[in-house]
Amino acid sequence: MSVKGRVFKYGNDVDTDVIIPARHLTSADPSHLASHCMEDIDSSFVNEVKAGDIMVAGENFGCGSSREHAPVAIKASGISLVIAGSFARIFYRNAINVGLPIMECPEAAAAINKGDEVEADFDTGVIKDLTTGESFTAKPFPEFIKKIIDAGGLVPYTKSKSEG
Amino acid sequence: MGMTMTQKILADHAGLSEVHAGDLIEARLDKVLGNDVTTPPAIKVFEGMGAKDVFDKDKVIMVPDHFTPNKDIKSAELSKCMRCFAKAHEITNYFELGQKGMGIEHVIIPDNGLILPGDAIIGADSHTCTYGALGAFSTGVGSTDLACAMASGSTWFKVPEAIKVVLKGKPGKYVTGKDIILHLIGMIGVDGALYKSLEFTGEGVHELSMDQRLTISNMAIECGGKNGIFPVDDITLDYISKSNPERFSKGDYKVYEADEDAVYESTIEIDLAAVPLTVALPHLPSNTKAASEVKDMKIDQVVIGSCTNGREEDIKIAAKLFEGKKVADGVRCIVIPGSQRVYRKALDEGWLSIFDDAGCVISTPTCGPCLGGHMGILAEGERCISTTNRNFVGRMGHVNSEVILSGVPVAVASAVMGRVATPDEI
Repeated sequence: MSVKGRVFKYGNDVDTDVIIPARHLTSADPSHLASHCMEDIDSSFVNEVKAGDIMVAGENFGCGSSREHAPVAIKASGISLVIAGSFARIFYRNAINVGLPIMECPEAAAAINKGDEVEADFDTGVIKDLTTGESFTAKPFPEFIKKIIDAGGLVPYTKSKSEG
Repeated sequence: MGMTMTQKILADHAGLSEVHAGDLIEARLDKVLGNDVTTPPAIKVFEGMGAKDVFDKDKVIMVPDHFTPNKDIKSAELSKCMRCFAKAHEITNYFELGQKGMGIEHVIIPDNGLILPGDAIIGADSHTCTYGALGAFSTGVGSTDLACAMASGSTWFKVPEAIKVVLKGKPGKYVTGKDIILHLIGMIGVDGALYKSLEFTGEGVHELSMDQRLTISNMAIECGGKNGIFPVDDITLDYISKSNPERFSKGDYKVYEADEDAVYESTIEIDLAAVPLTVALPHLPSNTKAASEVKDMKIDQVVIGSCTNGREEDIKIAAKLFEGKKVADGVRCIVIPGSQRVYRKALDEGWLSIFDDAGCVISTPTCGPCLGGHMGILAEGERCISTTNRNFVGRMGHVNSEVILSGVPVAVASAVMGRVATPDEI
């Protein structure tokens, strides 16, 4: 499966408090969360993001709180993929669990610019910057994580295991 | 090949004789935890997946603490959702407001004897790593992981590699666990321990009380750590003999030690005597400075409390330093004992009177301002020095407000001086 979209670019250590501030955590409704996504770091994000767009950031993306509301907010905003140099541990688990596609690729994270058109293939891990013509390969997922992703998240995976 | 302390606990909980860094394992859990923000989404997932019962009603812990006492109708609905589930499933360890034993999750759970050495715990709260102080493996997860663990009593882990943190010497006057962990985060950065364990060791460990160790383990997540674990010693055993005399007397706990030939990714040595009174300036916990270097920074608010620094020792230190002193004009100082037990102790010992005489606000236990929930939100341009754990952009309020992190002594001194200050100044 592949996705294609325009890039929103952020730096290192994007924390879950700026992805979705705690003042909005009184509801876990995805559309409510999406309407406040990234507002403390990029107030124009919510108005500019279009379905399919791609988020690119530096190291340690999603650090801080364990709030699953963060990957839910990003997913519900229409973002089809987050590419980062690295992900904070809990965010990594949460993204996989809720079915937000992520790719770890420091080279792509460093080279891709804001506004670039990017295409990424989840099966091969190949990330193409269509604007600059550069190509990158993301770190492959461990086999076990791939199974969760292929099942569509942790819940369907757990279900299929208990049924199987 | 030898295993670290964390690896040994995980191996035992996975029913394996040996694990290696990078292995993916399925581990049995002794406790699973959620709060009023993370549990309601977990309940939705739990019910959505068709789960009927929790795996063990004595091993699921639910704590209303983030937006409590509820700040608005929506947060009241979250608490109600968790309360109703806890009642329907007869959850033993649900802690209602005002009850003995209630308070901020990471303050009450060790204090109520729910964690003992060798246990494995996950919690849908990033500061679940706190319990490493007791020689347990504990780490934070999200709501979906919580939901699946509530149903199955197990979860998957990638076995982490470890950073060995060797503590030497004795901390200086007024230097607390908070200064030590801020100092470490300043050294290695907010992703310095990403995906890894921090394993504390060395003779300096014995200089640290249990409350100090809980503060240190609590902030392992702020440098990306999966967990932050301490060896078990006399101080640990003394603590659990009081927190859970029944399990202690039965020997229902397990002391793990790292193998002599355990493999560490790296080793860091910290001379505790050289750790200064430390603050983390906006907007990252790794942005550390000696408090003495930034005394020109004025403040509008002080927060003393949280799962990092709301324990009995913290509130006691605050009271001793505030005795006979006043909060500076133009500064609000909010003191939040971390649990009902700590609150009562502060009442019985006269500490609350000291805070009141000093001009502090005294709050019931809540996470409140730490995460920008309520009970001390900052306006645009305001600055707070806080004993909490995060100082990200907008963490305590307006996107253009600032949080400086510190230990309790620096927070009290700053409240009295109206700027960043050290206790020797008061």
